[in-house]
Amino acid sequence: MKIFIVEFREILLIAFTAIRANKLRSVLTTLGIIIGIVAVTTMSTAMVGLREAFISSISSFGSDVLYVDKFPWFAMGDWSQFRNRKDITYEQYEKLRAVLKNYEAMAPSKSSFGATIKRKEKSVQATLVYGTTQEYQKTGNVNLEQGRFLSELDVRSGRRVCVIGKDIANELFPSENPINNVIKINNIPMQVIGVLEKQGSGMMGSFSMDGQIIMPLKTFETVISNRRQRLRIDIKIGDVDKIPDAKEEIIAAMRVIRKVPLDKPDDFAINQQEALKDMYDKTIGVVALAGIVITALSLFVGAIGIMNIMFVSVTERTREIGVRKAIGAKTWSILLQFLTESAILCIMGGIIGLMISFPLSLIINQFLPTAMPLDVVLIALFISALVGIISGFLPAWKASRLNPVDSLRYE
Amino acid sequence: MNIINIEHIAKIYQVGSEEVHALRDVSLKINKNEYVAIMGPSGSGKSTLMNILGCLDTPTKGLYDFKGTNVSQMNDNELAAIRNKEIGFVFQTFNLLPRSDALHNVELPMIYAGVSSYDRKERARLALDHVGLSDRIHHKPNELSGGQRQRVAIARALVTAPSIILADEPTGNLDTKTGEDIMALFNEIFEQGNTIILVTHEEYIAEHAARIIRLRDGLIERDEDVTKRYVPKKNGASKL
Repeated sequence: MKIFIVEFREILLIAFTAIRANKLRSVLTTLGIIIGIVAVTTMSTAMVGLREAFISSISSFGSDVLYVDKFPWFAMGDWSQFRNRKDITYEQYEKLRAVLKNYEAMAPSKSSFGATIKRKEKSVQATLVYGTTQEYQKTGNVNLEQGRFLSELDVRSGRRVCVIGKDIANELFPSENPINNVIKINNIPMQVIGVLEKQGSGMMGSFSMDGQIIMPLKTFETVISNRRQRLRIDIKIGDVDKIPDAKEEIIAAMRVIRKVPLDKPDDFAINQQEALKDMYDKTIGVVALAGIVITALSLFVGAIGIMNIMFVSVTERTREIGVRKAIGAKTWSILLQFLTESAILCIMGGIIGLMISFPLSLIINQFLPTAMPLDVVLIALFISALVGIISGFLPAWKASRLNPVDSLRYE
Repeated sequence: MNIINIEHIAKIYQVGSEEVHALRDVSLKINKNEYVAIMGPSGSGKSTLMNILGCLDTPTKGLYDFKGTNVSQMNDNELAAIRNKEIGFVFQTFNLLPRSDALHNVELPMIYAGVSSYDRKERARLALDHVGLSDRIHHKPNELSGGQRQRVAIARALVTAPSIILADEPTGNLDTKTGEDIMALFNEIFEQGNTIILVTHEEYIAEHAARIIRLRDGLIERDEDVTKRYVPKKNGASKL
């Protein structure tokens, strides 16, 4: 053990001396590792950010909420099996509500993309319009900044009231309080009763939850459309662990309500947020993986550079190896000497790479909600050390096997 | 007391399909505090014998007994340990580490023996002092003259107090005057009680030794004591 400590200090000294003696060469060799580490860490930071952005954009779908719909969100296979399904009706919702026991809130909803909202001369495009009930506040995880949400009375009597997203409020009411003011949707006047909390942009700002409008279902059917939008039933279970049981219960109830024969498959779908994440990981995740694999190739090229230069280093120092062996260096000592040298080269490359990719991650942060995660830093350092050891192994092995007689005579 | 006892040693190299008999059948004994020169023309097997004696190589046949231990069958790491502890090498081309100063070069064998930094530096300083280089300890090899480099190499060979000093043409790269100084140093080391094996092809260098072993074609041609040994004058450079 003591021999090992004494020798290891010598080994570190040799490594640093050798690296310093060939400064330019070391820098150029390390460049491959630097570029590789920058590429891999920046790529993975961006990918983590992309996923974070996606998850925050679907966070309006609660993780403990089930969505009973005519179609599954992600249909695999033949679309024709879904096409002839009958719409879910309001009556079916009422029946389901009557038989279902274990749930916290249940809201039927219809939605439509895009509607022109006007107030005096100002006009703005809403991203998403919802028609629903007061219970949507729970199923949709709605938080208000100002005013109130829909009430039971609003819903029952189909009053022309609405809750608006933060962006719409800012556009139409730059200096006034929007509460109790009137806006026009499809030229029908509506009273604003509440403003939603700012949720921030979703997927890179392309689809903002702050541009939505929520109104009673009956109002939606008169103001937006009566027919085209299909009804969905949002059911908040309240406990993620109870979701599997609740799902079974809902399927059984819906089959009875929709009179599905025993030998036929379900003619409706139960969707959940989890499915969105799964879908993301299946599609974008694969793309992300491919991206990281491709950037990892640059690290591989760097590793080949290290191996190459280590072979040169071993050849140059054949005599030195001979002297060390003649004087009593053992095989493992020489092996370790060259492994350490290449590991140090790579770790230095890794550190420099991180020093470059950290500011880059701050730039990415301007577009995506991400920061370079600590585990990426640690993994990057670990990988660069590993690259050093792996790519240094063959040259080091060659060095350690050199015959002292021949290497002492090497010119 | 016998330090080296080799019996019927042979070394055969395979060169292509041909077998080259570098050593055919060599037996010899070397005692403690002997000063032996090994001589022979090139191709006589002198380098091969030196490599085997120095535990840098193992014989194909025969027995090599070093201080009562059979080293002829040892593996690389066991041989490295023997070399580290028992043998001090002095080479024709000095073989110092070019990027290290004199002190570090002398420390080197002790590093592989696991001696702690403080003891190492102390002993290395002492060894450099003994070869008359106490004012050059932080010079790198390229800042030293040939003779000084060889002194550093001798200090490195002596610092572990080995059983034998193995010098391979130690004056081959030096001018006559400097060579004489180095031979004077070897004489002092010998007189201190060390065992020296000197490999050379020059008669006048060999005559510094007390015994000359002459090789030819892989066999010992003659093994005789020197009747009139040449003892160089102490030149005062060393403090031995």
